[in-house]
Amino acid sequence: MKTVTFKGGVHPPHVKHATEHKKIERAQLPPKVYIPLQQHIGAPCKPVVGVGDEVKTGQKIGEAESFVSAPVHASVSGKVVSIETLPHPVGANVLTVVIESDGKDELSEDIKPGGDLESLTPEDIKKIIREAGIVGMGGAAFPTQVKLSPPPDKKIDTIIINGAECEPYLTADHRVMLEHSEDILFGLKAIMKAVGVEKGYVGIENNKPDAIKKMQELVKDENNIEVVALHTKYPQGGEKQLIYAITGREVPSGGLPMEVGVIVQNVGTTAMIAKAIKTGMPLIERVLTVTGSAIAEPKNLLVRIGTPFREVIQQCGGFKQTPGKVIMGGPMMGLAQASIDVPVVKGTSGILVLSKDEAKQYQERPCIKCARCVDACPVYLLPTRLSHFAQHGMWDEAEDYNALDCIECGSCSFVCPSKIPLVQRIRLAKSQILDRRKKK
Amino acid sequence: MDNNVFLISVISMGGIGAFFGIVLAYASKKFAIKVDPRIEQINEALPGANCGACGYPGCSGFAEAIVEGEAPVDGCPVGGREVAEKIAGIMGVEASATQERSVARLYCQGDCEVAVDRALYDGVQDCRAAQAVNGGPKACKYGCLGFGTCAEVCPFDAITMDENHLPHVDIEKCTGCGKCVQACPRNLFELVGVSKEVHVGCKSQERGKDVMKVCKAGCIGCRKCVKACPFDAMKFKNNLAKIDYEKCTSCMVCVEVCPTNATYSDFDKRKKAVITDECIGCTLCKKVCPVEAITGEVKVKHQVDPEKCIGCSLCFEKCPKDAIKMIREE
Amino acid sequence: MEKEKLLITSSPHIKDDDTVEKIMYGVIIALIPASVMGVYYFGLHALLLIIASIAAAVVTEAVFQKFRNYPVTITDGSAVITGLLLALNLPPGLPVWMAIVGSVFAIALGKQVFGGLGHNPFNPALIGRAFLVASFPVHMTTWISPVDGTTTATPLGLMKLQGVSTDYMSLFLGKIGGCIGETSALAILIGAAYLLYKGYIDWRIPLSYLGTVAVLTTVFGQDPIFHLFAGGLMLGAFFMATDMVTSPITKKGRWIFGIGAGILVVVIRLWGGYPEGVSYSILLMNGVTPLINRYTRPRVFGEVKNNG
Ligand code: SF4
Ligand code: SF4
Repeated sequence: MKTVTFKGGVHPPHVKHATEHKKIERAQLPPKVYIPLQQHIGAPCKPVVGVGDEVKTGQKIGEAESFVSAPVHASVSGKVVSIETLPHPVGANVLTVVIESDGKDELSEDIKPGGDLESLTPEDIKKIIREAGIVGMGGAAFPTQVKLSPPPDKKIDTIIINGAECEPYLTADHRVMLEHSEDILFGLKAIMKAVGVEKGYVGIENNKPDAIKKMQELVKDENNIEVVALHTKYPQGGEKQLIYAITGREVPSGGLPMEVGVIVQNVGTTAMIAKAIKTGMPLIERVLTVTGSAIAEPKNLLVRIGTPFREVIQQCGGFKQTPGKVIMGGPMMGLAQASIDVPVVKGTSGILVLSKDEAKQYQERPCIKCARCVDACPVYLLPTRLSHFAQHGMWDEAEDYNALDCIECGSCSFVCPSKIPLVQRIRLAKSQILDRRKKK
Repeated sequence: MDNNVFLISVISMGGIGAFFGIVLAYASKKFAIKVDPRIEQINEALPGANCGACGYPGCSGFAEAIVEGEAPVDGCPVGGREVAEKIAGIMGVEASATQERSVARLYCQGDCEVAVDRALYDGVQDCRAAQAVNGGPKACKYGCLGFGTCAEVCPFDAITMDENHLPHVDIEKCTGCGKCVQACPRNLFELVGVSKEVHVGCKSQERGKDVMKVCKAGCIGCRKCVKACPFDAMKFKNNLAKIDYEKCTSCMVCVEVCPTNATYSDFDKRKKAVITDECIGCTLCKKVCPVEAITGEVKVKHQVDPEKCIGCSLCFEKCPKDAIKMIREE
Repeated sequence: MEKEKLLITSSPHIKDDDTVEKIMYGVIIALIPASVMGVYYFGLHALLLIIASIAAAVVTEAVFQKFRNYPVTITDGSAVITGLLLALNLPPGLPVWMAIVGSVFAIALGKQVFGGLGHNPFNPALIGRAFLVASFPVHMTTWISPVDGTTTATPLGLMKLQGVSTDYMSLFLGKIGGCIGETSALAILIGAAYLLYKGYIDWRIPLSYLGTVAVLTTVFGQDPIFHLFAGGLMLGAFFMATDMVTSPITKKGRWIFGIGAGILVVVIRLWGGYPEGVSYSILLMNGVTPLINRYTRPRVFGEVKNNG
């Protein structure tokens, strides 16, 4: 298989075997859902229901008032029992609507199909996407319709669907590609129509040959859509790395993909777009991988947004070992959780539970200047220097050495033999640099 | 073989050094710019800590800004009145009257003994970095994380971490530069007038029972202090007691009633009113005393009951004859 | 089962298995062939020198760290490497106490005064060697023949002073006069292959270093093969120039480092006062490494090339 890739990167163990061949299962309805009013990058939503209200599945409960935002919807039918600030998996406390399920899962009347793709205008498509509250489901959770509305001076000519799933352990995207391939194709066509683009790609890492084959068969009669096999290497699914691998274009430093005429969408998001157009269903559930050595029965689950992690883990047989670390997302960029009493949100691509032995604490050693971090960095930074600057509060120097270009992929920390928390320091530098800029 | 390697490397290194030295010396002469001599003078008057509290990049940046008329002569919070006057002299202007010196105070008492952690943490030992990891390991979302970033950024060594990882500000060394205020990711420092002795050491806006779950020294919202304050200086907002420093007299009554010691002060600094022979028995003090600690008849020297006196200084301020002294208790 | 607190850290949550220790021990393993050959050719005294030098290095490191209240990290293997490399760079007939002095000096003044592992600007073993050469010039240039145990000269010395060449086979196997570990190119290459395979050294430095020497010697009408295999070039190129701590972190920088060292070696060998210049060339390039790093910052991904 001919594959394409980027320069730099690392090869963490895949560890996908536990779930890559398991069909997506529908999770049971939770008794209560906790739906944060902010599950995306951008302005939080205003609640449009009150305590005591009866809501139906798919009913809008949070209205997005600004452009960069996305509405949220009830993921079960039942009664709103409280609206309060509760822990969110990103770490902050966020205003959350708590709904007690009545177990009936009654669909809201608002939900009706959007019509067929031919008759929809680009504006219609974007409107459906926005109303469905769709955000990037790969983890970053950026409102999708905003991404699909580039300023008029940016000419977009390529859409790339990101099926790399380069994070170890996770298999949700892989399964979606196998089980919902038509939706992905439909979604891609919808996106291409919405943005007015002729060329579409689906990029898939070559450790998922079945998905590549399936998608390739599906698109063999589409002459403007191509499935590209990617070399299996982390962070192949990084937007800029993916664009470089497929088109050879380098997104300018500090710029967005649209500057080179490309928009990237994750496969889960794309399938969700198809669903929203076909059925009118907003984003109220998502596929996520529940895995890791401490999980009794790892699974790919279709889970309602707002289901507590605890509930999800129980449906996977609970813990079979003492959990040491619970991670939302994959092991390279996921967020460690202090508790499992947080809800699944739109950006939850997986719940990874490492056992106590695996959740190691590392003794940091001095940098031996082996430059593995330098070789690994997909953005060609000098992580060891950046970390050094951050450690000594040398923010100006860090800025000069392009700290802000770091995509926080963690490749540097992964390879460092001295176990230096390089990305964490670089993150600190980035936030300090941005803070100082704001003040000026 | 290569004997004298050492000598040769020393000579060649020295040579390179000398070469660059000469080039640099020449360059600095050649490219030197004429500067306003006042900049240099002001620079010398400044403390030279380069702390940046003035909002300019270091002392010399600030000096330049003054000469250019951008910064006020009393813009250095570190140097205080003395330095402001010196600079005013150099610039030939009047320094405005400066107020009381401010110092940084910590608004949390949750050290690792009283405030529990909800998770283990591993990684960069910096509060800002830890805060970015799922909101930090502390169970209280408002309290001190205890990694000592404030102590690290303090340019005056005024902050030390105690053995339970809670910072302490040495108010003698603190210049009120505000570095810690900026650095603390949980905004636990505030600049307060140095004479203010009473502080609410908690910023948690959680409800009382939630505070109790995570910290033994937090404000549980019982409002005893609000009721006890004779001066209406204790406010209550967002489940949290807050002192109005305009009204607070540092009488420490609130501290006495606080069940969790969230409100704290140094009782050693509590004062007592003592009436001297200047007293003409006008009874003004008796009337103003909020705790009825003063007794006496008209035109007779009044007495203070030290048991009752809370050191609020109201009588001291009222006395027309300056017959009242506020004396620190031993 | 979840009473215990969870661990939170910044991502990534998994790390590569390689550690400093693993890398250091890898280097030690790679030096074993050269050490064995050294002992085989030069006898028990060579073994004694190796042991003494390693022991002195480790003890010095421990004492220094205890004294300064740093955690004692002698198990990381870095002191062992310094001791071993120094020994391999000593003439086989050197008195044992001199080796000890050199080793103590290497660790104390070549490494620990700068703050220990990772902070030293110069390769400590070479610092130790340079110190010995400066202090005991005669002892440090007295060579023994592996054939009959008599005093002899190194191939480079023979070439320089008498114009006598040595046959390739002896050079390759190491049946020549020289330092304990530098004579057998074969043994060094075996170790080097292991290091390259493990990814513990970067191929750019040895390639550019050796390549430069080969090209320049050819240009100046010398026998490049002789120059590659004679003296300490092989050992230096694979084991000392590649020292991570003291060589550049950028790829471009490593090319410059190797080429620079190569030029220096040739200049010293052909026109300098001494027959050999490997350690000197590496030390000098160590000195300019921070500068090389500064000026070879890679272009950042997406950095605008034309209108920058
Ligand atoms: S510096 Fe940033 S972009 Fe480079 S490897 Fe580290 S985390 Fe990734
Ligand atoms: S990988 Fe680690 S030890 Fe190696 S240069 Fe980078 S920071 Fe230093």
